[in-house]
Amino acid sequence: MKLTAVDRTLINQLQGGFPLTEHPWDELAEKLSIPAEDMIERIRLMQANGLISRFGPIYNAERMGGGLTLAAVKVEPERFAEVNDIINSFDQVAHNYERDHELNMWFVIATESPEEIQVVIDKIEAQTGLDVYNMPKQEEYFLELKLMV
Amino acid sequence: MLDERKLIAALQHGLPLVSHPYAAIAEQIGSSETEVIEYIQAMKDRGDIKRLGVVVRHRKLGYTANAMVVWDIPDERVDEMGHCFGRFDFVTLSYRRPRHLPDWPYNLFCMIHGRDRDDVMKNLQLMIANCCEADIKYSVLFSNRCFKQRGAIYIHSEKTEAVRA
Repeated sequence: MKLTAVDRTLINQLQGGFPLTEHPWDELAEKLSIPAEDMIERIRLMQANGLISRFGPIYNAERMGGGLTLAAVKVEPERFAEVNDIINSFDQVAHNYERDHELNMWFVIATESPEEIQVVIDKIEAQTGLDVYNMPKQEEYFLELKLMV
Repeated sequence: MLDERKLIAALQHGLPLVSHPYAAIAEQIGSSETEVIEYIQAMKDRGDIKRLGVVVRHRKLGYTANAMVVWDIPDERVDEMGHCFGRFDFVTLSYRRPRHLPDWPYNLFCMIHGRDRDDVMKNLQLMIANCCEADIKYSVLFSNRCFKQRGAIYIHSEKTEAVRA
């Protein structure tokens, strides 16, 4: 999908916030000089095409009582697909990236309770036979995924 | 009365794309638009909701180079460095995490998103020049493939998308 000027404006604007009022689209329409129906349609299209993964509230997982961590394993190239399937089979695994390092598989575990993190790690270790490096956040200095287009 | 569980469940896939999204949610959970707006505002005020808006898939927007830069910083300086790195607009995350000695000495993690790897490496040099000594120990882990990008947590047994870890 090719981004239009309206799409770019919407992405840049809506990463910063969406009005919490009775007429949020009308408010934006006035501010951006784009008809409300057009904006809704473009967001729908960008969501359908996977450019936007979510529209709505972005929760603070820890404050909501859940567990969250970043974990990594060292996987031999010949076992990569097998281990990848095992790890991704867990509903609690949210993201999984291959990275160029000896620790080459990096994934985020998000659970309903903080205690469940260790349960998931134990299961992954048992099923893969690999050591899981658990690297939970200890201090947050900055977090803001905002990318201008 | 607004039922928090119902509200969170109704919002699990985000806001509906209609002209009056909060009224639509209110109708769905048997509440009023005002109550829904006030409740979401309260969740924002106490930090349970970081913001309202869109979350993008960076790769699809042309940010195809995604590097996790990890640093081995003396414990007494990690706070200072973490804040310094976080001030660059291309840095989307700056966290302290535990070392796993001896093979993983890194205790500060930054994410840098760029259009290509050169872009990322140039920005990395800018961070080093501004925040630390040139002989700082670090490693750059570019992502090669993304196997899963969902961002889910469980709230009241309902799947709800959330921020990154």
